[in-house]
Amino acid sequence: MTATETAVETVDLTDTPIRELNQRLHDAAEGGPQRWRIIHPGGIHAIAAGVNAPLEIDIDGHVGYYCAGMNKEAQVRIHGSAGVGLAENIMSGSVIVDGDASQSAAATGRGGLVVVRGNAAARCGISMKGVNIVVEGNVGHLSGFMAQKGALVVCGDAGEALGDSIYETHIYVRGSVAELGADCIEKEFGDFHLAELTGLLAEAGVDCDAADFKRYGSARKLYNFDIDNADAY
Amino acid sequence: MADHGEGPAGGIGMRESALFDRNVIHEIQRKAREGIYDIRGFGAKRKVPHFDDLLMLGASVSRYPLEGYRERCNTAVTLGTRFAKNPIELDIPITIAGMSFGALSAQAKEALGRGATVVGTSTTTGDGGMTEEERGHSEKLVYQLLPSRYGMNPDDLRRADAIEVVIGQGAKPGGGGMLLGQKISDRVAEMRDLPKGIDQRSACRHPDWTGPDDLEIKIGELREITDWRVPIYVKIAASRPYFDVALAVKAGADVVVLDGMEGGTAATQDVFIEHVGIPIMSAIPEAVDSLKELGMHRKVQLIVSGGIRTGADVAKALALGADAVSIGVAAIIALGDNAPEYQEEYEKLGSSAGYYDAWHEGRDPAGISTQDEELGKRFNAELGGRRLANYLRAMVLETQTLARACGKSDVRNLEPEDLVGLTIEAAAMARVPLAGTKWIPGLDGKTG
Repeated sequence: MTATETAVETVDLTDTPIRELNQRLHDAAEGGPQRWRIIHPGGIHAIAAGVNAPLEIDIDGHVGYYCAGMNKEAQVRIHGSAGVGLAENIMSGSVIVDGDASQSAAATGRGGLVVVRGNAAARCGISMKGVNIVVEGNVGHLSGFMAQKGALVVCGDAGEALGDSIYETHIYVRGSVAELGADCIEKEFGDFHLAELTGLLAEAGVDCDAADFKRYGSARKLYNFDIDNADAY
Repeated sequence: MADHGEGPAGGIGMRESALFDRNVIHEIQRKAREGIYDIRGFGAKRKVPHFDDLLMLGASVSRYPLEGYRERCNTAVTLGTRFAKNPIELDIPITIAGMSFGALSAQAKEALGRGATVVGTSTTTGDGGMTEEERGHSEKLVYQLLPSRYGMNPDDLRRADAIEVVIGQGAKPGGGGMLLGQKISDRVAEMRDLPKGIDQRSACRHPDWTGPDDLEIKIGELREITDWRVPIYVKIAASRPYFDVALAVKAGADVVVLDGMEGGTAATQDVFIEHVGIPIMSAIPEAVDSLKELGMHRKVQLIVSGGIRTGADVAKALALGADAVSIGVAAIIALGDNAPEYQEEYEKLGSSAGYYDAWHEGRDPAGISTQDEELGKRFNAELGGRRLANYLRAMVLETQTLARACGKSDVRNLEPEDLVGLTIEAAAMARVPLAGTKWIPGLDGKTG
C-alpha cells in the first residue's frame, strides 16, 4: 500500500455534500485512500451507500437511513446509532453499529456480516438472503420475515411474529420470543448449529455462550400451497 | 375467470343465466372441488372501457393534415430528464414492460431485448433479477427494484440504463406475486436465493421503506449508489393515480409508469386481475392533471400501460398526455404466445390457441412462459426478436398515420382535442366530448 492508501482520509459532512462523499468512496475502488473517517454525520441518509471496495470506514456519530446500503467488501463501523435500512441488501464486508438500529436492519442482505451492539427495531433481517446478523440486544416484531438464507442471532429478546413465513434462514435467540410467526417453529439445535452460532458470536465479538440459545426455522408447511394450510396465510 | 370452453350447446327453451353462466358455474364447481381460487396469467378478460371507445378527429378544413409517408412525424422520446445525468433516448414511444426471468424463459427474455434494441427502445427486467441474456441483447435495459429484491445487487444497478422502483402492478394493485414451484429451476432458484421447487412469494410492500417520505429517501439512496447517472422510474398501479403520481413526483421520480387494470401478469389471482384497479384510459387524465398541477407535465415523463395493442391505442394514450406506452401481453403474443401452430398442445392442456392463460404453470408449448429446458428450446430468440421488432414497427407506423391525420409532426403533439368519446363512459373517463356533442360527462356542466 502507498502512503496515500494507508493514511486516514477524514471527511466532515457538515461541509461536504453526501453526493461528493459517496462519489469519492466509489472512486476509491480504483485507488486512493482506503481508510476513511467520516465526522459529523448528523443523521444524513445514504452515507457510504454502494461502496464497492475493501475500504475501512469509521463514522463518528448517528447516521440516517440506508447507511452502507448494498455494501460490498468494505468494513464500516458506526460509532453511534443507525436509521432505517442499515446495510440494506449488503453483499459482503461488515457493518457494525455501536448503538441501536432502526427498522429493517440488513433487509434483503445477501452476504457479509451486520452487527448491532444495541437493539434492532422491527423487521430486522426482513427477506434476508444470505447475510449474517448479530444483535446484542433485542429485535422488534416481524424480524426475519420471509427470511431466505443466512443467520439471525438475537442475544436478547425477539418481538412478535418472529420469522413469519420464513424460508431457510437460521434464527438463534437467547432470550424470550414474544410470538413465532406463521410457519416458524423451534428446531433442533445440532452440532452444526452450535458451531455456526459459536463462530458468528466470535466473529461479531460478542461474549455469549452459544449453548444458551434456541434455534428457530421453517416448518416448511407453506413451501407449496396446500388448501389445508389456508389458515396460516 | 379462467377459460373453460363453450361446453354443451344450449337450445330453444334452455335459457342460460346471465349471472350464473357456464363459466361461473364451472368455476363454482372447480372451487368446490379444489378449494382454491383461480390463479392465471394474461390480463383482465372482462370488457372494460378502453381506447376502442375513443375516436380520433382527423384533420379537414379546420386542421391541416400532414402528408403520409412524406412529411416527418417524430416518434423519438427522451425519458428521465429531471435529475439523471444520462436520460434514456428512445426512437419510439413504445417500451417493453417488466417481465421476470422465471415467469419467462431466458430465451424469451433475450428475444424481448433483441426486438426492442432493433427498433431503438428499452426493455425491462422483472421479479427475478437481471440475466446476462437480456443485458447482453438489450441496448437499453431498465432494472426493476421490487419488494422481493430477488437477485438485487449493486453491480446490476450500475449497469442498468434506468431503475424502476415498482410499487404496484396494474393486474394486482396492492398485491404481491407468486412464482409456483414448478417453474423454479436450478437457475431460477439460485438467482432468487431460494430452494428449488418451492412456491416463491413476492411481498406486496417494500422491506425497507413505507410511505412517500421514505420513498424519497430510498430514491436518494439509489441515486447515490449509481452516482446520479441513470433515471429512476416509479411504477404504480392505476387505482388513485392523481394522488399516487403526485407523491411519486414529490419523492423524486424522473419518470412515472402507470399501469392500468388491463395490465398483464404471469401469475395472479383471477379475482385480483378482474376486480382491482381502474382502466388505463380513466387513469391517464388524472395522472396528467396531477403532473400539470405540479408544473411537471413533460418534465417528469409519464409511461402508461395496460392493454396496449395497436398504434391506435398508442396514439390515444399519447393524446391524453402520456409520453410513452409500455407493452407486456402484446409483446408476448408477438413473440409467439398463443400461436395456432401449437393448437394441438394447447388442447392437451385444456385450452386453445387464443385462450391460453396458464402462464403460471410453466408448460407453455411455445416455450415462452416456461422454465422447462425442452420447451424453452422450441423458442427461437432470434426469430422471436424479429417478430417483436416487426410488430413494434407496425404499431409505430399506425401511430404516425393517426398523428399525421391529426396534423401532428410529432406523435407527442397529439392532444385531448384530437379525441372524442364513443360512449358516455369513455367520454367521462377520458374527459373528452361525447362524439357529436360538446358534452364531457362528469365535469359538472363544464364543456371542457
